[in-house]
Amino acid sequence: MIRKYKGRVVVPGDVIAEALVTHAGFNTLANLKTAGSFLNPKGVLQDMNNLELYGKKMPGKILCLPETIGSTTGGMVLYCASVMGVGPACMLFSKKADTLAVAGAVLTANWSKHPIVLVDDLGDDFLAEVKEGQRIHVKEDGTVLVECEGIFEAAP
Amino acid sequence: MILNEELLAVQRGEQGEAMRKVLNTLVMYGEAFGADRMVKITGRMGHAVIGTGSMTWKPVFDLMEELVEGGALPRQSFTTDPRGVEPHVPMSFADRAMFKILFSNQKRMEKEWERMGIKDQNAYTCTCYMEEVGNIPEYGDILGWAESSAVSYANSVIGARCNRNSGILELMSNILGYVPEFGLLTDEGRRADWIVEVRCEKLPEPQLLGSAIGFKCVEDVPFIKGLDKWLGTELTQTVKDYLKDMGAAAASNGSVGLYHVENITPEAVKHALPEGNSLIKEDAKVFIVDDAEIARVKAGYPNPWEELKKASGAPSLAFAGCPHFSCEQLRDWTDRLAAGLEKHGNKRVTMNTIFCAAPDVSAAFAQKYPDEAAKLMEMGVTVSGLCPLSYTSNPLTDKIRIITASNKLRYYSKARFFSEKELVEIITGGWSEKWDTAGTAAEAPEEAIEGRC
Repeated sequence: MIRKYKGRVVVPGDVIAEALVTHAGFNTLANLKTAGSFLNPKGVLQDMNNLELYGKKMPGKILCLPETIGSTTGGMVLYCASVMGVGPACMLFSKKADTLAVAGAVLTANWSKHPIVLVDDLGDDFLAEVKEGQRIHVKEDGTVLVECEGIFEAAP
Repeated sequence: MILNEELLAVQRGEQGEAMRKVLNTLVMYGEAFGADRMVKITGRMGHAVIGTGSMTWKPVFDLMEELVEGGALPRQSFTTDPRGVEPHVPMSFADRAMFKILFSNQKRMEKEWERMGIKDQNAYTCTCYMEEVGNIPEYGDILGWAESSAVSYANSVIGARCNRNSGILELMSNILGYVPEFGLLTDEGRRADWIVEVRCEKLPEPQLLGSAIGFKCVEDVPFIKGLDKWLGTELTQTVKDYLKDMGAAAASNGSVGLYHVENITPEAVKHALPEGNSLIKEDAKVFIVDDAEIARVKAGYPNPWEELKKASGAPSLAFAGCPHFSCEQLRDWTDRLAAGLEKHGNKRVTMNTIFCAAPDVSAAFAQKYPDEAAKLMEMGVTVSGLCPLSYTSNPLTDKIRIITASNKLRYYSKARFFSEKELVEIITGGWSEKWDTAGTAAEAPEEAIEGRC
């Protein structure tokens, strides 16, 4: 079964990857402050206040979240993570994305070879239904296909 | 987005490719929030969030270099966040060696900041708005700052207008001299989504009240009622310090960029006038903060020491001053420590203790209160301009027990949070078993655990 959602495109792109899900705000600095360095080369998430994500690896995944929170280094940290190859491939927001997340994605779109695709406003149902590990296909126009069973090719 | 002639010229590349890319970045950023124009920055100085030359931020320094080489320089001077470490802070040889690797881009970063026109060598602080530092915007100024606590303070206590801009974008705003108009720059964006009614028996500690507000309101604007009962209606230094610490906690535990405090902050005062516009949205939600709520929030903090080999035991490092202390806070904390030491019959603090303040504030403290400054040294406290968040990014500090009364530091490190009163008690009287479970989930009532934020 494929679930289909439509969001607003902030940074477009076509991505297929595995979902990483948080229902609480994603504190970018707390999660990624050493990501990509020799201390944390695999980009393991480190925010002890978010047990849904703590200790998990983010590189190349599709991060599904309500919003990012915390330090205004947030966008800059996302930009660094992207350049160093430990950022998410895409961020999918149930709400309208916040200034720090948009800043990070916009910076990668303009100044990095690896833009982080960002689609927002997908709705509360999206975040309630998507599960960690599910495969997701994000299309250029903001269509999001979540694979619950079966394959994407079977989607309408 | 409609651009004026000046910006259209930038878009045509008349000021170089780097400037064109800076403009495009800011336009794309603004358009995501529905901005239909760019507005001029009117603040006298900028403030950036990058003060530590962390090795993991190399891409940022490469970008800064690209901007400088491309002739894209800030239009005005600026201050920036604190350095990650200072040489006079006591630490082991291993710590010092690790910092050298971790902050290996410090010299490079400071060189780029100098080329870009940073205010001076003392401009490294998160509290740039302190009188001694001198980066104080005017009411209504448009800013392009970053640093969550400084943005919160400028918006709320001063009444300037600034979005929660990210690092790098604040630099690009300063380079272009414009920011996209949306969110907290607009009258509508500054209206409160929440009414927070503080119904505690006594004034709650600012770091705890801010944390409760941050958890509940997340990115919304709260209108806080009930604080004037204790704080009065004048923005004295003591009141400003309280709001500084409360705002920093709300900005880090959530992402509150603006709050209003009834009868105290400038827009709330203006709102109360007969000709004032309504500052509270018609459908604003209500959040009641009482002593039980404060206790619930505190009990919900994770104990970061559980990852250490021993979850309990005496700490070896204490931090206060995150965000950086004011001159009056340094004096006040000196008095608190002196009283605590006298009570416990001790002469020196029982662990390595660091108070953080802007370099200009520390200098003013030594000049204005020489006796207290000398006393603080005698008690064994180090006053430093470092950033405890950056300092604790050293993995060796993860292996020791650190305590703090800063909610921001708690959030970003493995430092364990204690209230200000508890912190003073531990620093001056030493650790005992009772602190192992104090204020943690282990001693909280069941309903408090269930109801935690």
